[in-house]
Amino acid sequence: MTTFLGLLNYWVVIALMMTGLYIVIAASNYIKKIIGLNIFQTAVFIMYISIGKVSGGTAPILTGQPEVYSNPLPHVLILTAIVVGVATTALGLALIVRIRSAFGTIDDHDVQEIISE
Amino acid sequence: MTALTPHLSALQVVLPLLAAPLCTIIRLPRVTWGIAMVVGVLCSINAIAILNQVQANGTIIYALGGWAAPWGIEYRIDDANAFVLLIISVINVFGILYARTSIPAELSKDRISWLYTAWLLCFTGLCGITISGDVFNVFVFLEISSLSTYVLVSFGTDKRALTAALRYLIVGTVAATFYVIGIGLLYALTGTLNMADLAQRLPDLSAQRTVLVAFGFIAVGLSIKMALFPFHTWLPNAYTFAPNAVTAFLAGTATKAAIYVFMRLVLTIFPAGFFANSTIAYLIILAAGILGAFVASTIAFFRKDLKRMFAWSSIGQIGYMAIGLGLATSAGVAASFLHLFNHALMKTAVFMAIGCLFAATGSTTLTALKNAGRTMPWTTAAILIGGLSLIGIPFTTGFVSKWYLVTAALELDMWWLAALVLAGSLVTAAYVWKIVETAYFRTDPDATFTRSEAPLSLLIPTWILVIANIYFGVNAQFTGAQALRAANAIFGFAP
Repeated sequence: MTTFLGLLNYWVVIALMMTGLYIVIAASNYIKKIIGLNIFQTAVFIMYISIGKVSGGTAPILTGQPEVYSNPLPHVLILTAIVVGVATTALGLALIVRIRSAFGTIDDHDVQEIISE
Repeated sequence: MTALTPHLSALQVVLPLLAAPLCTIIRLPRVTWGIAMVVGVLCSINAIAILNQVQANGTIIYALGGWAAPWGIEYRIDDANAFVLLIISVINVFGILYARTSIPAELSKDRISWLYTAWLLCFTGLCGITISGDVFNVFVFLEISSLSTYVLVSFGTDKRALTAALRYLIVGTVAATFYVIGIGLLYALTGTLNMADLAQRLPDLSAQRTVLVAFGFIAVGLSIKMALFPFHTWLPNAYTFAPNAVTAFLAGTATKAAIYVFMRLVLTIFPAGFFANSTIAYLIILAAGILGAFVASTIAFFRKDLKRMFAWSSIGQIGYMAIGLGLATSAGVAASFLHLFNHALMKTAVFMAIGCLFAATGSTTLTALKNAGRTMPWTTAAILIGGLSLIGIPFTTGFVSKWYLVTAALELDMWWLAALVLAGSLVTAAYVWKIVETAYFRTDPDATFTRSEAPLSLLIPTWILVIANIYFGVNAQFTGAQALRAANAIFGFAP
């Protein structure tokens, strides 16, 4: 039980990751696909942040005394990854707006039907 | 100039990165084209200078911002990525040269500057992927190039370009996220993101299952980016609906950078025989390559749109590069590098020639080629030579890479593989023959035709590449030697 709780973060990561990936594959609405993608990416963010955390550690700020501190590098990396994620979401939504004005729908099934006609 | 010499590797990325916002400010179609062209030429000269420097003085290690390797990000350029950098930079110049006439025909005037912005950013990303020595930095550049590629694809005239771009975005983002998961696991194990450090520390940890999981995530993520069968689903639509110049540019660069990173990570960081299941891993890559070469080429045969046909053929050709990689010998990897170079030349030439066909007839379907042997001899001949090169006819570049690949297979006594590679050429010959038949034999011999050739500004860049195709097919000294050096660099020992 302790191992389960001790690894709680990673179980959450796996659950979120699978949820996100499932939505990306199963949803036919484009906006839902993008949301799924966001959940999937967020799971990875949590994974990185959990890797960097040292239990009992503080923020790595120079205070003069030797202290236990968390590893800041994964957190910084995820800052970059969040920016990438935001850019991807913005571009995805912009494309969906254009798709809506070109096809009149944002549902993958309907779009495929229009294309195959 | 001498003051700049130590910073050449940074310039390669900084120049196009700075030029991109300049294009959004200036917005004049001709001027933005000029900016892209000047930057492209400068980067090509830069890439040649880097290659010379690497050949003369060995690996270039450039610490960005003066922060040394384990803490800072470094660019590490050796024989392998200097070669890939050269390919990408040169193809980029020809792509822009071609875009000058090709793009205004497909895009309204006010959107042209946006296209060059995205193009320059895409080029920035591709250069960065190639020269970076830091796995997370590679991810950032991968996303810079991918995001701008989605934009480039969405510029296509057909509205299906939009759905193609969105599908590419979704698949591409999943791929990049897989790659990040793999890197995260490696970082948790080793505490480093530097490629050279990783290659040093991983062997001690090879018994850990996490290494295997990380390998799986990275391999799948990059396989999607390089469109290795069966992870290729995004490619046919993206290539078919993107503007012609963009397709020509992407076919010669985007997948190539991804293949290079794949080789670097799989062969340098996870070297052969280092974890228990590695033989199986290489066999899977080999199998994916063989399947891709056959299945994709067969599908290409049944396609009626030329752009789509050659998009599928690209997936098949990536299969051949995977075969060389899966052999995991320096001869095999050299064959992959050689094919990477040669395929960039031939596929860009073919897609440019298809663009010429579009400029003259307004269509890229196979039926548009009817009578084309008479009405547009230069365009048709360019497609034909590109096609023959894909088959691997002697005196074309395709022959050289097939030769190296077959030799590499025979070195390992894999007769069956050599036979399969040659059989794959027959499938390629089938769809190329379809083109020859439509273009040259479906004509009424007595009818007279008026010439309606594509404009010279499109034909010239196309034919320069076609001639390069023949030149490097006859004289493979430079490419062959460089590919061998590249393969040795990938395996981490000096030539």
